[in-house]
Amino acid sequence: MFAYEFVRNAYLAGTFIALACGAIGWFVVLRGQVFAGDALSHVAFVGAIGAAAIGINERVGLFMLTVALALAMGLLGRRAQADDVAIGTAFAWILGVGVLLLAVLATSPGAASGVTTANTLFGSIYSLSAGASWTAAAIALAVTLGVLASTRPLLLSTLDPQLATLRGVPVRLVGLGFLVALAVVTAESTEAVGALLLLGLIAAPAGAAASLTSRPLRGIAISAAIAVGATWGGLALSYAISGLPPSSAIIGLAAAAYGVCAATRPLRQPR
Amino acid sequence: VNPSLSLDLVADFRQLTAFPFMVNALQAATIVAVLAASVGWYAVLRRQIFASHTLSVMAFPGAAGAALIGLPIALGYYLACATAGLAIAGTGRTPRRGYGGETAVIGTVQTVGLAAGFLFLSLNQSILGGPETLLFGTFLGITPSQVLVLLAVAVASLIVLTVVARPLLFATVERDVASASGVPVARLEVLFLLILALAIAATSQITGALLVFALLVAPPACAQQITLRPLPGLALSVVFALLIAWIGLALAYFSIYPVGFYVTTLAFGLYVVVRAGGALKRRGGR
Repeated sequence: MFAYEFVRNAYLAGTFIALACGAIGWFVVLRGQVFAGDALSHVAFVGAIGAAAIGINERVGLFMLTVALALAMGLLGRRAQADDVAIGTAFAWILGVGVLLLAVLATSPGAASGVTTANTLFGSIYSLSAGASWTAAAIALAVTLGVLASTRPLLLSTLDPQLATLRGVPVRLVGLGFLVALAVVTAESTEAVGALLLLGLIAAPAGAAASLTSRPLRGIAISAAIAVGATWGGLALSYAISGLPPSSAIIGLAAAAYGVCAATRPLRQPR
Repeated sequence: VNPSLSLDLVADFRQLTAFPFMVNALQAATIVAVLAASVGWYAVLRRQIFASHTLSVMAFPGAAGAALIGLPIALGYYLACATAGLAIAGTGRTPRRGYGGETAVIGTVQTVGLAAGFLFLSLNQSILGGPETLLFGTFLGITPSQVLVLLAVAVASLIVLTVVARPLLFATVERDVASASGVPVARLEVLFLLILALAIAATSQITGALLVFALLVAPPACAQQITLRPLPGLALSVVFALLIAWIGLALAYFSIYPVGFYVTTLAFGLYVVVRAGGALKRRGGR
């Protein structure tokens, strides 16, 4: 199956996006910010539509709005963690604006192509071009390395913000940087592999890792490994079984891994 | 006749109710606003925002699954939401062992639901009314029988909510004390997620899956900024939701833009005003 270029592209982008999601996802789950990631991924679509409406590049609009929302969440919330209620209300409004933009675009002649472009941005992992998959891999790798490099301050400011402040860690800045990193991963992977896959690869592998170990580095490694494994397995499954969408297969495997880890947890615990 | 807005409110109201579809829409919006704002008051107090969002996107697998096996779409909404509610409840939010395990569970439930939805869709490929309708809702084309079903669901949910209102409040505010004084906290939590699931399934048929929050979260959040007393808070929340729904519908009727935009903008605007007012009051009080 690797004779086909689209399969190679999917594996290239999928591997690195899974790596980034698994690594950053471990922190997202630890910080209880899965909802923030989810909101960011919905907003990405509005960013692309908005860009189409005012006539700038859809990819630029998508990145700009996602990162802007991450900055707003970080700046407004305490500990650089916005309140879920505020996130929910704000993101419902942004979606409402998206609906308005769709309606405006639908009534203005010549803009239909913009909507079409915005829609094709949210393609399936199997429709990536070679260039897009290299870009996705590079961005994902950069975010992964950034998260790994800042593991210690991130961990300390998550688990014990007071102690972190005392030891001179800029807690707010770390939280803000983390949200921006999450926004970049979200924007890139929403566009490359779809918002659905993103959320699944952030939540399920990290949840599985958290139920296996509470040691940070081991947890990050396990989370990333499960994410990459689910991606490889899911891509192969959906290639073999026609009619099975790749995202459904990948999510299915990741969720199954989580289910097994959570269900066998009582067996593993020492008495 | 093109509807036109004037300063004469009576004439405006007559225009608004001139067509049966608008009467149905107004009735449905009223029912949904009361239901969502009451259930949402507890959801916001319990900070189950992510769970609410997850339940609201279950509309997609619900509709896709129902279309696949030939059930009524509305039944699919209710079944999928209830299943997801039980899945979230089954994993238990009780022991806060480890950090943030709950959000991982909810996130996983959400993606599994959506992945199932995509699978159903690719197995079926039939018309689903378009993904936009599913996500952003439509007030038009609501039938009187749909309004009746909505009413039945709303009355049933609100009766159950009223019965458990006091113990649920106790279990929400002082979980451990409630548990120690014999309140069946765990069972109440499951029951509440089921009520929440029903309310969201009903709401998302009207507002669309993504805009549920405008009625479910924003009005209670505003009310809780103003007062923390339960009964006035609940009443205020319902009033806010009714205003948002009615004004949103009316604005959409008199203009060419979609109702989802008006409803969410009103909700968000109200929330911003209330938050800003609260901040000013705190500053003035000091």
